[in-house]
Amino acid sequence: MSKTKHTLQKKQQWRWFLYLMPALLFYVLFMAYPMLDSLRLSLYTGNSPHTRSFVGLGNFSKLFSDPTISERYWGAFFNTWYFFLIHLIFQNALGIIFAVILTNETMKGRQLYQTIIFIPTTFAVLVTGYLWKLILNPVWSGDFFVSIGLPFLKHPWLGDTKTALTCVALVSCWQWMGIPTMMFVAALRNISEEVLEAARMEGAGFFRLFFSIKLPLIKPVVGIIAVLTFVNNFNAFDIVFAMENVNGAPGYSTDLIGTLFYRYGIAGQHPIGIPDAGLGAAIATITFLVLLVGVIPTLKRTQGGQ
Amino acid sequence: MKGSLTRQNKHIASHIIMLVWVFIVVFPLWVLVINSFKTRLTIYENPFWIPKKWNFNNYVTVLRDGDFLTYFKNSLVVVVLSLVIVTLVSSLAGYALASWKSRYSTIFYFLFISGMMLPIKIASIRLLEITRALGLLNTIWSLPPIYVAMGIPVGVFILTTFIREIPKSLMEAAYIDGASSFKIYHMIILPLIRPALATVSIYNLIPFWNDLWFPLIFINTEDQKTLLLGVTRLFGQYQTDWSKVLAVLTLSAIPVLALYLTMSQQFIQGVTAGAVKG
Repeated sequence: MSKTKHTLQKKQQWRWFLYLMPALLFYVLFMAYPMLDSLRLSLYTGNSPHTRSFVGLGNFSKLFSDPTISERYWGAFFNTWYFFLIHLIFQNALGIIFAVILTNETMKGRQLYQTIIFIPTTFAVLVTGYLWKLILNPVWSGDFFVSIGLPFLKHPWLGDTKTALTCVALVSCWQWMGIPTMMFVAALRNISEEVLEAARMEGAGFFRLFFSIKLPLIKPVVGIIAVLTFVNNFNAFDIVFAMENVNGAPGYSTDLIGTLFYRYGIAGQHPIGIPDAGLGAAIATITFLVLLVGVIPTLKRTQGGQ
Repeated sequence: MKGSLTRQNKHIASHIIMLVWVFIVVFPLWVLVINSFKTRLTIYENPFWIPKKWNFNNYVTVLRDGDFLTYFKNSLVVVVLSLVIVTLVSSLAGYALASWKSRYSTIFYFLFISGMMLPIKIASIRLLEITRALGLLNTIWSLPPIYVAMGIPVGVFILTTFIREIPKSLMEAAYIDGASSFKIYHMIILPLIRPALATVSIYNLIPFWNDLWFPLIFINTEDQKTLLLGVTRLFGQYQTDWSKVLAVLTLSAIPVLALYLTMSQQFIQGVTAGAVKG
């Protein structure tokens, strides 16, 4: 019996590889290879595969030493971090509060609340962006705010370099709130009732129960949410495209790495309109490295033991 | 007595927090829908209240202007095709990875899984060249291969985990009866993994349907645009008429929203599935 099983396994070896082939083909050709090759491209210049020439670290030195380009890059870089931090604070704080409420077994209407919280997540970022662009337009909604006694709300939120990025980030938080909330809900549901009951017997109150038992147990989820937000925000593009434009208006104050990458690497800078593939690849490569350096330690620290 | 009273009070605070957020979520949607029934000028009258006279012309104009339906059809073709391919190839790969006990199988598994944390946008410049070389630029066919590649990491992850949990005795019994491995896949695995296939589809539906980036950089031909790319064009075209813009936005959001509302629990589960590791 064990012998037939052994030959069976042997014979199967190549067959299993055949089953993997279709997925491998798509995955390698349209994801793994172009991604790795983009790293290589950052060492070349020229927009066509035929006229490409090796420049070493030339693209990187251009990115960091050309006055205009480096100013734009660092501007976008810090905007992206700010954008990320707003998400991190907002999503974790509200997400945990919502999740604690939604896992309260004796509360009514939880399912309905859950369903509603998640609605914006099903929307396209573009639709959300256009919609909020209208709502935040003082020409359209300003007089209404004045008439209900909230005149400070009449403000060109998206046209003021001081408020634009924060508003765009908050709209993005509005959209994605459902995902961290539901991930926290899933994590809280996984905590065994016995542990909680034992703590209650010891006389632990609501806050003690939360900070000493629930929070440490959902730490891995905080880590996963941080990583997901980090990765997504370093690629955010649609929300700025919809609410401001690809230049990160006003005055580049909402320019993110995603929009910068689009302008330099894909669409071309105004007014020349010729993309610089090497420079774009250099931007992508740095993003790749930032993600690698940021993601792996975070996962290691928060997913300890798994 | 006192205990139940404080408990009730806590719930009141909870309900207030939830209702505030519900308002913040629903209010923009209310604004979206009611203003799409106004006109170019009346939209400025009472921004947050229902129109004095309901105007259905925006929807009629948008739907009659054939472009919207073309965009819609293109998106539908791209998304359905991508979902079918992604579930098919991921289930084949998941079957192999769950059954093949070998060092290579582990290597392949981690190769696939590592894609979960890597944003495909980084590869855009090279993908643009590959798509051009394949002659797919400016056609909707440029999109499915990339969406399939995007969907495979989570697809393989979910399906491999799911297939591993199917009792081995089922497959061994079929093998002894002389069934080939493909027949086992077809007759035993596929019917059993239907719920997991649904999860994979739901997980990928939103990013595929709502993707703007790849259509934007790949497609410039009018009749090949996807719904969202088309929305950006109509946004430009109707710029001076926000009531029409809002009608376009409402129409473009309805399909996924309707699906979501009919099966919200599966949706929530599906969308968070990729992130929750076992």
